Amino acid sequence: MSGRLQAIRGGGMGGLRASLRTFSGHHRSLTIIGGMAIVGAVLPILAVLPPLSVFQGQNVWVNGFANAGVFVLLAIGLNIVVGLAGLLDLGYAAFFAIGAYTYAYAASPYSGQHLPFLPMLLVGAFVAATFGVLLGAPTLRLRGDYLAIVTLGFGEIVPIVFLNANQYTNGTNGIGGIYKPEIPGIEFSLLNPWPFYVLMLVLVTTSMLLIYRLQESRVGRAWMAIREDELAAASNGINTVTTKLLAFALGASTAGFAGVFQASKLTSVDPGQFQSTVSFSILVMVVLGGMGNIWGVALGAFVVYTIQVVLLKQLNSFFESLNVPILSDINFVTYQFLLLGLALVFMMLFRPEGLFPSQRRRRELHSADTAAAEADSAAALAETV
Amino acid sequence: MEVRPDPEATAPELDPVPEVDIAAIEAAALVPSISEIAEVEETRGLLLSAHGVMKRFGGLVAVHDINFDIPEGSIVSLIGPNGAGKTTFFNIIAGIYDPTGGRIAIRGRTMVARPIRPWLEPVLWVAPAAIVGILTALVIVPTGSEVLEFIGAALGLGLLILMLLAAIARPDWYQHLLLRLGIFRSARPNDIVRAGIGRTFQNIRLFQNMTALENVLVGMHIKLKANMFDAMFSTPRNRREEIESRAKAEELLTLVGLTGVGGEIAKNLPYGDQRRLEVARALASGPSLLLLDEPTAGMNPRETSDMMALINKLRKDLGLTVLLIEHDMKVVMGISDRVTVLDHGERIAEGSPEEVRHDPKVIEAYLGTPAS
Repeated sequence: MSGRLQAIRGGGMGGLRASLRTFSGHHRSLTIIGGMAIVGAVLPILAVLPPLSVFQGQNVWVNGFANAGVFVLLAIGLNIVVGLAGLLDLGYAAFFAIGAYTYAYAASPYSGQHLPFLPMLLVGAFVAATFGVLLGAPTLRLRGDYLAIVTLGFGEIVPIVFLNANQYTNGTNGIGGIYKPEIPGIEFSLLNPWPFYVLMLVLVTTSMLLIYRLQESRVGRAWMAIREDELAAASNGINTVTTKLLAFALGASTAGFAGVFQASKLTSVDPGQFQSTVSFSILVMVVLGGMGNIWGVALGAFVVYTIQVVLLKQLNSFFESLNVPILSDINFVTYQFLLLGLALVFMMLFRPEGLFPSQRRRRELHSADTAAAEADSAAALAETV
Repeated sequence: MEVRPDPEATAPELDPVPEVDIAAIEAAALVPSISEIAEVEETRGLLLSAHGVMKRFGGLVAVHDINFDIPEGSIVSLIGPNGAGKTTFFNIIAGIYDPTGGRIAIRGRTMVARPIRPWLEPVLWVAPAAIVGILTALVIVPTGSEVLEFIGAALGLGLLILMLLAAIARPDWYQHLLLRLGIFRSARPNDIVRAGIGRTFQNIRLFQNMTALENVLVGMHIKLKANMFDAMFSTPRNRREEIESRAKAEELLTLVGLTGVGGEIAKNLPYGDQRRLEVARALASGPSLLLLDEPTAGMNPRETSDMMALINKLRKDLGLTVLLIEHDMKVVMGISDRVTVLDHGERIAEGSPEEVRHDPKVIEAYLGTPAS
């Protein structure tokens, strides 16, 4: 019924959409590359058009987009652990921190090293993955709430270690003066956000492509099987230990990736950047975007970050300039978590599967509907008989 | 306040559980020694042989001293009233529970038994690294050579990582090393699958939100070789394997009579089809022994006879050996070569369907003693 309605509503667009869908079904990698290229081209153009251009200039927007890319990376990494393998990780920012500090040690006056950026991306990812395994190994027996508590603890411990190991990490002040990326032919500077933007696009596209392929493979199926029913997965020959560790390691390595980029872009790291609120924000992005669907998660991260960091700040100055009596007195930035919380509550009530869920998630969360539909059809059958 | 009658007190005496002396049973339980486990026995055409298997949950002895053989190519049934220990025994074979006593050998190799000195295993993980570390500290550090120190440290760390990885994957050399050191760890469910045993569950445990085809593909997990990097970089091997495995999965679906439902979500399939899908998923790992836990439970007579035909076909076409738990006597008597009857965790009868049917003990277990 709903399918027919949709077809009618789709009208002339239906054919185009269907052919697009079959195309993307056959050429998935191409779809991701093409999709990201389009997104990458459209965003800077949007920034100079009315609704966005009112707030700030194009360069500031592009800079914001590049920062948002970090969170897109984090969200698609966390999606492996939470969305695919079904392991609730509340301390994800810890791996982000580990990646960032790895680069800070590798390329800053503080350590006296200056290692090249591109290999360090991989090294940062590898170091974070190692810590992912170290955290994963002892917690494998835990499930659900218990795993969440342990990961939460880990997420707290890591920034505190960076804070208190003064001698090695420079404590609260963190490590400053980190060298910017050096790629032959491209000059990275604080004033010009474009190289960072393009680099970020490349990183996000690559990660999405690799993770998407993984998700559709033997490994991805094993993760989903574990999420659905761990005992049945083991009884079908899946080594649950290695499979879960792999999810942890890959999730962590994506965060490490993001951490290296973040450190090189901000040129400083300090423990305050990796508080547990960051972990929660990333989790919210994953949930709001639609767990399990890589596009949904990426979009969720982008939207949440842009609202959180860019829009609310701009809203303040916007209303101040208009001099509206009450609105201009409100500092929207301080209410960001309230707004996020409200968004989450409404989301859980009205669309628990997220904005752009994977088909599978939708099925899971709407099993009540399908059960009702089955009951209906059973009743109809009974009537006809 | 309403005083409810105590259901225990008013319930009629239902087949009381005989008093068991747990201490005596425990003492008599056959806990195999490491030499017994390490010894590879002659198979004599047996795919699986259980020796004195016992499982105790707290004060309840669920399975007691079961000896059980499954000859290659046969259909063997395990029957008994509810709570007789059939599913527990099944789960022990499948590697889900470690038995309290006894052992199970698959093709002559003991795979399931009570763990022996499991606490020694972590020591084994650390020991090589520790030895290298101590040697480095005692021998190399005094020489003052930084290069040798670095090599020592790297070697120690490498050995530690190697042992931990081996503990997760449990390759053959690691198993042999454990046995040599007098340690035995019972096989995990995934090891049992690799040893060639597939299973289904009493309460259907499909991956509900995955499609029928995906369920079968998960079942094929151990047959597929593609690793993480193959998948990420979409190597030719991975692409070929994906195409082949999909075709193979479709074939298996057709074999169990689910042609064309590959795209359906598992939980939307009718009950009988879900049972068939579970069989297809168990077959996907290419087992030589199939464990079916009440495959016809809750089925109507037509579905039941279809399932019987399927089981017969599996034996004939694929040369499978089947161990069946079943309540439906028509099924059991119709297709089994041998029947074993359990009651209160003990084996009370064993033989051909005809012999078992007339065994007074079996009649008593099912119907109670005749009123005198």
